[in-house]
Amino acid sequence: MARAASSKGAAPRGAAKKQTPGAAPPAPNRERPPEPKRYKATRDELLDYYKQMLLIRRFEERAGQLYGLGLIGGFCHLYIGQEAVAVGLQSALEVGKDSVITGYRDHGHMLAYGIDPKVIMAELTGREAGISRGKGGSMHMFSVEHRFYGGHGIVGAQVALGTGLAFKHKYAGDGGVAMAYFGDGAANQGQVYESFNMAELWKLPIIYVIENNQYAMGTSVNRSSAEDQLYRRGESFRIPGIQVDGMDVLAVRGAANVAVDWVRSGKGPILLELKTYRYRGHSMSDPAKYRSREEVQAVRDKSDPIEHARKELEAMGATEDELKAIDQQTKQVVVEAADFAEQAPEPDASELYTDVLVGSY
Amino acid sequence: MPVELKMPALSPTMEEGTLAKWLVKEGDTVKSGDILAEIETDKATMEFEAVDEGTIAKILVPEGTDEVKVGAVIALIAAEGEDASAAAAASPPAPAPAPAAEAPKVPAPESGEPKQMETGARDLVASVARTEVADPEVPAGTEMVKQTVREALRDAMAEEMRTDERVFVMGEEVAEYQGAYKVTQGLLEEFGDRRVIDTPITEYGFAGLGAGAAMGGLKPVIEFMTFNFAMQAIDHVINSAAKTNYMSGGQMRCPIVFRGPNGAAARVGAQHSQNYGPWYAAVPGLIVIAPYSAADAKGLLKAAIRCEDPVVFLENELLYGHSFEVPKLDDYVLPIGKARVVREGRDVTLVSYSIGVGVALDAAERLAGEGIDAEVIDLRTLRPLDKDTVLKSLKKTNRMVCVEEGWPVCSISSELAAVAMEEGFDDLDAPVLRVTDEDVPLPYAANLEKLALVKAEDVVEAAKKVCYR
Ligand SMILES: Cc1ncc(C[n+]2csc(CCOP(=O)(O)OP(=O)(O)O)c2C)c(N)n1
Ligand SMILES: [Mg+2]
Repeated sequence: MARAASSKGAAPRGAAKKQTPGAAPPAPNRERPPEPKRYKATRDELLDYYKQMLLIRRFEERAGQLYGLGLIGGFCHLYIGQEAVAVGLQSALEVGKDSVITGYRDHGHMLAYGIDPKVIMAELTGREAGISRGKGGSMHMFSVEHRFYGGHGIVGAQVALGTGLAFKHKYAGDGGVAMAYFGDGAANQGQVYESFNMAELWKLPIIYVIENNQYAMGTSVNRSSAEDQLYRRGESFRIPGIQVDGMDVLAVRGAANVAVDWVRSGKGPILLELKTYRYRGHSMSDPAKYRSREEVQAVRDKSDPIEHARKELEAMGATEDELKAIDQQTKQVVVEAADFAEQAPEPDASELYTDVLVGSY
Repeated sequence: MPVELKMPALSPTMEEGTLAKWLVKEGDTVKSGDILAEIETDKATMEFEAVDEGTIAKILVPEGTDEVKVGAVIALIAAEGEDASAAAAASPPAPAPAPAAEAPKVPAPESGEPKQMETGARDLVASVARTEVADPEVPAGTEMVKQTVREALRDAMAEEMRTDERVFVMGEEVAEYQGAYKVTQGLLEEFGDRRVIDTPITEYGFAGLGAGAAMGGLKPVIEFMTFNFAMQAIDHVINSAAKTNYMSGGQMRCPIVFRGPNGAAARVGAQHSQNYGPWYAAVPGLIVIAPYSAADAKGLLKAAIRCEDPVVFLENELLYGHSFEVPKLDDYVLPIGKARVVREGRDVTLVSYSIGVGVALDAAERLAGEGIDAEVIDLRTLRPLDKDTVLKSLKKTNRMVCVEEGWPVCSISSELAAVAMEEGFDDLDAPVLRVTDEDVPLPYAANLEKLALVKAEDVVEAAKKVCYR
């Protein structure tokens, strides 16, 4: 006890002089990324983001419906409300060069990486034509061709795995970066911090993305996190963190540019916290009684990322007809994907035993 | 054409539900995301959202209707530009309310039959539903109540918490959410947030915290949302909890219960469907319990909480909602380490545990139809294994088939076969056979899942084989 008291009284070694209240904060002793600016998109660019977000929204709504009809089973986690995150961030990446990895709420990230909605939907219905040949399901989808590495069901696992993908980019010197998405709930897993430490220590090219949709199943961030400003979670590892409005696709894209510049130039990892919201329950079987209907409605009414982009497009001169045509096309794509997924045959029974191992022994 | 709104399936095993409340009325315009109705399942009340835009033309199933089949048309939506009243007129009339306990009250939808998911998990549940276990061991004249496994587990925890202040429950979503699978329902209300504690998603951390609290003198019940996530924490279960008593020369104990659902659920894929029974049962220093019936779940969970040793208590999600007779006794505690003969027979012994017992019982009924009288043993505890009960039965039937919802290699079935070889060799008239899941990660596709999981038909076949029939 006495020792603790005396060490408390002594000035910590190397501490700065006492600060007077109100004085300017001490200058950071290391380089930090610049404050991101909202991206100035051209009309075509914004139109492109809008289309992608709308595709995710309509796809997810249809998936929810197919679940209700018994065509999709098990766990199915929808991305509705969070579309601007995947679209804004991945628009700054190069498909096939930069790696992306996420958890089980993965449909949106795949669509944002240009993966065919048909093979995603067919995976949801568990068909041979699905991207994992029907063996993975909603939570386990991958496309090595796109460098989309899943699709992981164990909360937090993708953070260490993503760090490994970054390790590979550095090892091979291929110029790629990794982007690892995880939730506010996942941010409490120990392996996240083990990964942070290694990533900064070895200056790995990784963008850690916390999709803070404010709930982990039924647990709100403030009930689970001692430090609820999640962008600060990397600071003790010297990983700079930036908080971003995840409901504004251009704010997201602006932050993505800063992050990609930082990471690609060899400065090591960066952490983005995207403030967002999921409109639906955690999965299809979550009654979501932990939040009020008004809370959800307020976000839908005031902060919807798609509405937001639509208004901005209108202001940029997009016509009602033009937008309506996009709506129609998107609906059509999704209907086709759903039909395909419903009609495609189930995997052949022999598939049960394939792919367990690569070699034969 | 109006769009038909169909009764949604809110889980892969849901077949019908209650249309509790309409939040829209005929004539309302709706857009995607609007909440249309509340639907009750056995587990929860869910909101049903619109996907299509349009006007509610007709509500076909009034609120308060029970037993609405999944896929039944519950309302019609007229699309934009469509005349809602015309759409309504073209619709089938609303069904008249039918008397209770009859065939579906709502006609099946004209377009698209409700899809019954033909999966292995559904078959497992069906086996359980088809069969009954003999009365649990209770004094004659004891009053019995029907209870689900879920309720029995909850009652076990509540009773032990009432009598022992050291007992607390900790885990993800156990308190405010009432448990991800509603097993801890009502505990927060009764015991408060000092003793019913929601954790962050940090299994390794709270399993270790629990083990430490047990070393310090408390009696933690640590819930893993499912045992798949306990792999994050298996180091504490084994290295911290299981070895403490031994390493300390009997000085330091770790009386903790790690519990949660184990084994395959329905269509949740490879990372969420594993039976850890054999994993934990391999570890000296642990008690491993895997009950089947609600009565056993209750009596054994109470015993586990009282036990001075670390216990891994493996439940099964597919069994949670299933009802069994549970004795109405103030303090129903069962002995750890005792198997139970749940069906007597002369010709062959089927040994199983957890949901496999339902499969074995189902197979036994089918075998009875073919003149084979099978005895079924529910191990209940996997470690220590009740060899005596198994060997005694073997002495009687001279034939044994092990039934396990889990992988075959290095399984409980393998252990049973070894026990029969080592200690029951002279009683064997045929080799011991194992009927288990296929030796592959669990696939998602419905047809493959069905092929991968243990099946009553295969048990029947194996039993016939050892009976040389
Ligand atoms: C290790 C582990 N623990 C628990 C779970 C169960 N689980 C699945 S998702 C989830 C909540 C995660 O919330 P968050 O990280 O905020 O992501 P979100 O679902 O909001 O996208 C939980 C507890 C799991 N899949 N893996
Ligand atoms: Mg979250």
